[in-house]
Amino acid sequence: MITVNSKYEEALQRYNEKIASASVEDMVLNVGPQHPSTHGVLRLELITDGEIVKEVIPHLGYLHRCFEKHAESLTYQQTIPFTDRMDYLASMNNSHVWVMGVERMLGIDKDIPKRVEYIRVLVCELNRIASHLIAIGTYGIDIGAFTPFLWCFRDREHIMGLLEWASGSRMLYNYIWIGGLYYDLPVGFEERCREFIEYFKPKMVELNQLLTENQVFIDRTANVGILPMDLAINYGCSGPMLRGSGLKWDLRRIDNYSAYPELDFDVPVGKGEMGTVGDCWDRYKVRVDEIAESVKIVEQCLDRLQKELKRTPDFDPRAKLPRKITPKAQDYYMRGEGSKGELGFYFIADGKSEVPFRAKSRGPSFNNLSVLPEIAKGVMIADLIAIIGSIDFVLGEVDR
Amino acid sequence: MTFDEIKDILTARFGNDVVVGEERGGLQPALLIAPDSIVDVCRELRDNPKTYFDFLSSLSGIDYGVDSGRFGVVYHLASMPYRLQLTLKISIEHDGNADELPSFKSVSSVYRTADWHEREAYDLLGIYFEGHPDLRRILLPDDWEGYPLRKDYKTAEYYKGIKID
Repeated sequence: MITVNSKYEEALQRYNEKIASASVEDMVLNVGPQHPSTHGVLRLELITDGEIVKEVIPHLGYLHRCFEKHAESLTYQQTIPFTDRMDYLASMNNSHVWVMGVERMLGIDKDIPKRVEYIRVLVCELNRIASHLIAIGTYGIDIGAFTPFLWCFRDREHIMGLLEWASGSRMLYNYIWIGGLYYDLPVGFEERCREFIEYFKPKMVELNQLLTENQVFIDRTANVGILPMDLAINYGCSGPMLRGSGLKWDLRRIDNYSAYPELDFDVPVGKGEMGTVGDCWDRYKVRVDEIAESVKIVEQCLDRLQKELKRTPDFDPRAKLPRKITPKAQDYYMRGEGSKGELGFYFIADGKSEVPFRAKSRGPSFNNLSVLPEIAKGVMIADLIAIIGSIDFVLGEVDR
Repeated sequence: MTFDEIKDILTARFGNDVVVGEERGGLQPALLIAPDSIVDVCRELRDNPKTYFDFLSSLSGIDYGVDSGRFGVVYHLASMPYRLQLTLKISIEHDGNADELPSFKSVSSVYRTADWHEREAYDLLGIYFEGHPDLRRILLPDDWEGYPLRKDYKTAEYYKGIKID
């Protein structure tokens, strides 16, 4: 079927004409898709006037695998590995949200054993720390600081090792299952994890001294790429991006899902300490503070997992796994706080099959990135790189 | 603010023709809206001091299948000040084979989030949004033929003369 109607081609023609006339008057510059500072395969078409960026046109889709099409042809359980590949830096968080959505549709979300919930939160927060470490490390390297990158990757590797020990895989875990877990934590995991936390805390102090308080870094990021709160909300920004603009909005606290209501942690927001509220430094700082909060959550989870929720020989994390995953006919939108922001899955179940009729994913990076053309208008090219880094998107989730 | 109160606000503001139905079967109730008034409804819900649905969580285009012959769009709104969530649905009859794409009004003037989400729905499902500022394909190449998320989509065998395995 080829649709012949000129009004569907209008926007494309307008775009082609814009680029054609811009190449005469101004300069059109391509950043990416193979540029390290685009953090993956993102192509930005810049219309520049000398060093000033007049307009940014993002081109997506280089990593598009049509997650939603896959989800429509696989069962709920089989789709979990595909959710891992969306935001591949925080796979646990993706599958956690997916699994919670299916559990709520099945009506078994209240029957999940406490130990399973705490293990889920534990691995999710470890993964969040790992994801934020990458965000911080690569942001440093965008700005020209090489050492923090190596330090962050060194510490992240410990988390990767821990999660590999639990799930068998370094990055794409398939660990959280509908109704339970793949396996219980390996024996000795809690102790090893506690060792890591003790090792990691002073490292964050060092990192702050090296990067957060570095005057060169502050000069490059403060007062750059200011995102006002109303604009952030209207563009659907969430996560550290929205909190950097000063709004205390964390779905772990708003929706109180899983074991989060029983845990004590704060929601850091941008305060404009070095410049204006909502600038790049604020977004960066929110991530640094969130690592500290995640460390607090991990410690509390470990406390419970070693005391009242201690492992018992007869504990089976697969005991509550439903035999047949066929939710009754309904549609449900599940949202949760991924490491980048509000991760949502919209399910339509027809009540007859084990395959969702439609599964739409709302990736936080996709929405966070959409604000880029707005805040990058009229900045210098070097500042554009600083803005891209501060958004912290993962192309696997933008393109899905 | 309950679901019924929100419905009453909309009925009081626009009359009885705008809210054409509701779905209460599942865990999240949904309001069915007349497709032509979706922009006004969204603007009212966003600006009304009693609701302030200022955040568009997600916008999903849906092909309800060849048998039902319907296309629809589902809006998931969230109100940050009141911590509410609301689902709006619009749909029209369309058999999917006609030269004209199913067409809805764009809400990108109310929520800028909708800009990219509507481009995605256009790209993957072939739903046209009137009044969208820049309705180009977003995830697939500009010269892609067909709309992959449609239920009757046949996987392409060749792309630009290259066989797809």
